[in-house]
Amino acid sequence: MALAKRIIPCLDVDKGRVVKGVNFVGIRDAGDPVEIAKRYNDQGADEITFLDITASHEGRDTTVHMVEAIAEQVFIPLTVGGGIRELADIRNMLNAGADKVSINSAAVYNPDFVREASEKFGAQCIVVAIDAKQVGEGHWEIFTHGGRKPTGINAVEWAAKMADYGAGEILLTSMDRDGVKSGFDLGVTRAVSDAVNIPVIASGGVGNLDHLVDGVTQGKADAVLAASIFHFGEYTVQQAKQHMADAGIEMRLV
Amino acid sequence: MSISKTCAVIDYGMGNLHSAHGALQAASPDTDVIVTGDPELIRKADHVVLPGVGAIRDCMAEIRAQGIDQVVEEVRQERPLLGICVGMQAMMDRSEENGGVDCLGVFPGEVRFFGNDLQVNGESLKVPHMGWNQVRQGSHPLWDGIEDLSRFYFVHSYFVQAQKPHQVAAQCQYGVEFAAAVAEDNVFAVQFHPEKSHTAGLALLKNFLAWDGQS
Repeated sequence: MALAKRIIPCLDVDKGRVVKGVNFVGIRDAGDPVEIAKRYNDQGADEITFLDITASHEGRDTTVHMVEAIAEQVFIPLTVGGGIRELADIRNMLNAGADKVSINSAAVYNPDFVREASEKFGAQCIVVAIDAKQVGEGHWEIFTHGGRKPTGINAVEWAAKMADYGAGEILLTSMDRDGVKSGFDLGVTRAVSDAVNIPVIASGGVGNLDHLVDGVTQGKADAVLAASIFHFGEYTVQQAKQHMADAGIEMRLV
Repeated sequence: MSISKTCAVIDYGMGNLHSAHGALQAASPDTDVIVTGDPELIRKADHVVLPGVGAIRDCMAEIRAQGIDQVVEEVRQERPLLGICVGMQAMMDRSEENGGVDCLGVFPGEVRFFGNDLQVNGESLKVPHMGWNQVRQGSHPLWDGIEDLSRFYFVHSYFVQAQKPHQVAAQCQYGVEFAAAVAEDNVFAVQFHPEKSHTAGLALLKNFLAWDGQS
């Protein structure tokens, strides 16, 4: 009996549609979020993450309705990120049926927000998202605003601080790799995973199924997140899980 | 007059019960599933669910402040009652979370912290225990039709150490062996989240709503 590593398909959502860009630009439509979430659920996804990239407030209401619609039909954990800045944002998403929220820039601007959120709603529903770029040998820095704005913060130290502040999980995205399909940045994944005692989700760069295996075996990630390899039908979640299981990784096969 | 059965999910103000409601309703479309904190409605329901998230101190404070402890005490005498996650932990004697909190004492036993240096074969384990783990089932009608060692979704940092072995209805392992489910008479309680456990979870909820409380 052992805990399985998780595969988490990620849906970037803009105004109620799933989109996927390369290096956060060049957006390509990938379909209806409810349909896609159901498909991944049927394929045996272990969780589903939505990143709301909508800029406007009206668009955010669409996201809340989308989460409600999905939570009625999909009985696996749902995480929603993007634009989570206040306790009220968290409450809205949890009330809509999300199980966890992912906090990104708001944590950088105000680390105490993570502490407050964790105390209020419990660490189990607070994911801190870290967007990291390599700036030197063995050195990664946090960037905000979709990778445009450097912060000067060391990503590995930040992850440890966020764990202390009550994060229940770290979602670590390599901005260098995002959408590039050359595999996870295993260096930063390993460094963060070794630095914290909470689960780490590796994200950014998956182009084939061996990349998922590497994220767990070399990056020591507890879960792997991928988007485009699933959206455009290159692989099913089932195939991905079987591939990881064949590589000797503990997986939930359904 | 409706002849359909009702299931009350107890709402004592600790978090979102949308998922529990949705999953119970999906598991048994003929059951009238309600989310309520009203003791009268809970007393009238055929099946009762005690969920729970967050810290045990806050949960127990709300349970006591709203008289849910009394309602649970009545329901557990006679009707099928399902505890989920912190709802299960609240049914034990005591939890060591938040410096020690007295709980409902439906089952003898304690709730303990996994610890920060949990290890297996020299590898340190992350806390919370988060994700899909295998559950070794005991003999109980709520496991009907669910393959032994099926995986369920867990997320918790504290685990139940049941005092009476015969009350352990399922076991799980994460650095230590702990009770994934406890049961006695018409009460069943699980550490994992059946409402988030895909087909295996829905099957368990369906079994619960079809259960007459006889084990």
